[in-house]
Amino acid sequence: MTAIAAEPVTMARALNRALADALAADDRVLVFGEDVGTLGGVFRVTDGLAARFGEARVFDTPLAEAGIVGTAIGMAMNGLRPVVEMQFDAFAYPAFEQITSHLAKLHNRTRGRMELPVVVRIPYGGGIGGVEHHSDSSEAYFAHTPGLRVVTPGTPSDAYSLLRAAIECPDPVIFFEPKRLYWAKDASPLTTGTPLDTAVVRRAGSDVTLIAYGPTVPTALESAAAADVSVEVIDLRSLAPFDDATVCASVRRTGRAVVVHEAPAFLGYGAEVAARVTEQCFHYLHAPVARVTGFDIPYPPPMLEEHHLPNVDRILDAIERLQWDDTVVLPDA
Amino acid sequence: MSTVATPRQKLSRNLLPDAEPLQLLTASGEAVPGGHLPDDRVLLDVYRRMVIGRRFDAQATALTKQGRLAVYPSSHGQEACEVAAVAALQAQDWLFPTYRDCVALVARGVDPVETLSLLRGDWHLGYDPHAHHVAPQCTPLATNTLHAVGLARAAAIKGEDTVALVFVGDGATSEGDTHEALNFAALWRAPVVFLVQNNGYAISVPLSKQSAAPSLAHKGVGYGVTSMLIDGNDPAMVYTATQSALEAARAGEGPTLIEARTYRIEAHTNADDATRYRSEDEVLSWLARDPIDRLDRYLSARSVLDTGARARIVEEAEAFAASLRDRMNADPTLDPAALFQHVYATPTPALRRQAAKVTQ
Repeated sequence: MTAIAAEPVTMARALNRALADALAADDRVLVFGEDVGTLGGVFRVTDGLAARFGEARVFDTPLAEAGIVGTAIGMAMNGLRPVVEMQFDAFAYPAFEQITSHLAKLHNRTRGRMELPVVVRIPYGGGIGGVEHHSDSSEAYFAHTPGLRVVTPGTPSDAYSLLRAAIECPDPVIFFEPKRLYWAKDASPLTTGTPLDTAVVRRAGSDVTLIAYGPTVPTALESAAAADVSVEVIDLRSLAPFDDATVCASVRRTGRAVVVHEAPAFLGYGAEVAARVTEQCFHYLHAPVARVTGFDIPYPPPMLEEHHLPNVDRILDAIERLQWDDTVVLPDA
Repeated sequence: MSTVATPRQKLSRNLLPDAEPLQLLTASGEAVPGGHLPDDRVLLDVYRRMVIGRRFDAQATALTKQGRLAVYPSSHGQEACEVAAVAALQAQDWLFPTYRDCVALVARGVDPVETLSLLRGDWHLGYDPHAHHVAPQCTPLATNTLHAVGLARAAAIKGEDTVALVFVGDGATSEGDTHEALNFAALWRAPVVFLVQNNGYAISVPLSKQSAAPSLAHKGVGYGVTSMLIDGNDPAMVYTATQSALEAARAGEGPTLIEARTYRIEAHTNADDATRYRSEDEVLSWLARDPIDRLDRYLSARSVLDTGARARIVEEAEAFAASLRDRMNADPTLDPAALFQHVYATPTPALRRQAAKVTQ
C-alpha cells in the first residue's frame, strides 16, 4: 500500500484524485459521459480532468446512456480502458441492455479471448433532496448479473482505492457512488492495494453484526455507537462477488445479524445476504437475520424521503427485536 | 427497384441518398451504362465466395433438419451483401455481424464449424474474434452498432488504419441503439460503415410496418451521416459502395450508412413459416434478381467465367460442404466446467464451489 495523501478529503475529491491518478498512470484509460468534460460532472467528480488530460481522453458525450456504455464496450474490445459516468442511478437504465447482455457476458462468450475492462460509475441512492429519478438504489439489478463486479465505497479512502482497483481490474465493474457521501470527509490516507472483492470490519463488536454498504455505512456506525449492545459493523464494499468469509466469520462470533440498505426489501440485496448467512451460519444464529431497508415503494419525493430511508431509530429497533430474551416477536406486517 | 440510377465514377458523399437504389449490374447481369465496375478478378473472387457461401448456407439448413444445429437463420438471397461487403474489407478492418451473417463470417475466413458454434449450441461463440477481426455475432440486434462505433473511435485514438463495418437489418433500424450509434459516429467522425441489409422483413413484420421514412438510408441524414441507397442484390454495387465508404472512413471523412435492398429467400429460421406473411409470387420475383446468377451472367459474358471455371468453383463448394458435414456430424466435446470459466478473469470462490457440483 502506498500512502498518497493524508489531509481530509471529501469522497468526491477522492474519486477525482483516483480518476486523475489512473489517467496519469495508464494512457489507455479514458473518462467520458454526460457533462464530465467542461463542467467537471454534475457532482464535480471529474473536475479539472479534461483541462489536465485533454479532450481526447476526457470528454463529453451526447445524452445517450446506451451509447455511452455501448461505445465503451467497443473501445475496450480495441484495447482501451474506458471509465464512463451515468449521471444518476435512474438514468443508467437505458444502458441496461448494453451492460447486462454485452458488458457482463462478452468475456465468457469469447472464452476469455476478450477482456472488458470497463468501469461504469453510477452515483446512487437518496438523501440529497433529489426529485424523482435522482435517488434510486439500483444495485440489485446489476449484482444479479453474472460477470459484473459491483462495488460501492463507504468512505473517501475506500472510494479512492476501490476506484483505482476497479480501473485496473480486467472485469467490468459497476461502481456505485453513494451521492449523499460525496461531501463526507475522511482524513485516512488515500492508498492503492485494497482488493476489489473484500468486505471490511469498520467497528468491532461482539453481540450483533450490522451489515451495511455505501450510503448506509455511516448510519450503521452511528447506530452501533448508540446501541446498548456491542455491535460489529461490516462495510461490504463489494456487492458482487460477496465476501462470505468476512461476513460469516463475524456472524458466527456474534450470533445475530442485521442488513441495512436503502433499496426496497423485496428481492433486494439484503435478501441474498440473509439467505447466505442463514445457509452458512444457521447453527450460530440466535435470531433470524433482520433487514432494515427502504420500503417496497417507488422512491419518495424529497419532502418525504426521510420516512423511507433507514435511520438510526429503525436500525436500533431491529437490533432490539433480535430475540435477546427468547420471547416471540411478531414480524412487521 | 423499379428504376436504375446511374452510378458515378466516384460515389458522392451527399448526406441524402439517391431516390432509387444505385446499380452497376442489372438483374439480368448487364453492366449499367456509364458505371465503373470493380475488376474482373475482384468480381470472380466475390462470385466464388458467394457460391461457397450459398452451399454453406444450404448445408447448415440441412444440418438443422438433421438436428445438428439448434436453429439456423439463412441468408440465402443476401449473398451480395454478405460476401461483396466483406470482400471490400482489409485485414485490419473489423466486421460486426448479426446472427444472420454466417455466410459473411465464412467469406471473411472464419472456420465454418467455429462459425456455427453459436447455432449448434456448444458455446455462444466458436471463433477467436481477434483472429479475423470479427466481433461476436449480435443476437439482440442493433447493439453491435455501438460496439462498432466504439472500436472505430478507439482505432482513431490509437492511430490505427482500421475501419469497422457493422451489419444491421431493416428491423434493427428501429432500435434506439442504431440511432445513438449514428449520432456518436457522426460526432466523432468515427471510421465506421453501417450496412443495412434491408430484406423487407423483421421476421414477419414488413418494412411498411417498420418505418415511414422514404428509405432506411434517410435515417442517416438527420445525424449528419453520409447515406447511400443501393441494390443489395448487385454484388458489384455492394462491393463498390462498401469500398468507397471504407476508403472515405479511412481518409477521415467519417461514417457512411448504406441501405442495401435485398431479400431473404428462406424463412427467418427453420422454426419460422414464411407462408403466413408473404406470397410465393413475391419470393419468385426476388429469385429472378438472384445475386449469384446476376454475376454469373456478367462474368460469363466477359469470358471471365466459363464452364470449367464454374465447375471448379462448384466442386470447391461441394468439398467445403462435405467437410463441414463430416465435421458437424461428430459430436462436439462438451465440458460443463467451462461454464464457470471466464465469468470473471479469476473465478470467485462461490463459482469454484458451483463448478464442483457439475464436474464431480
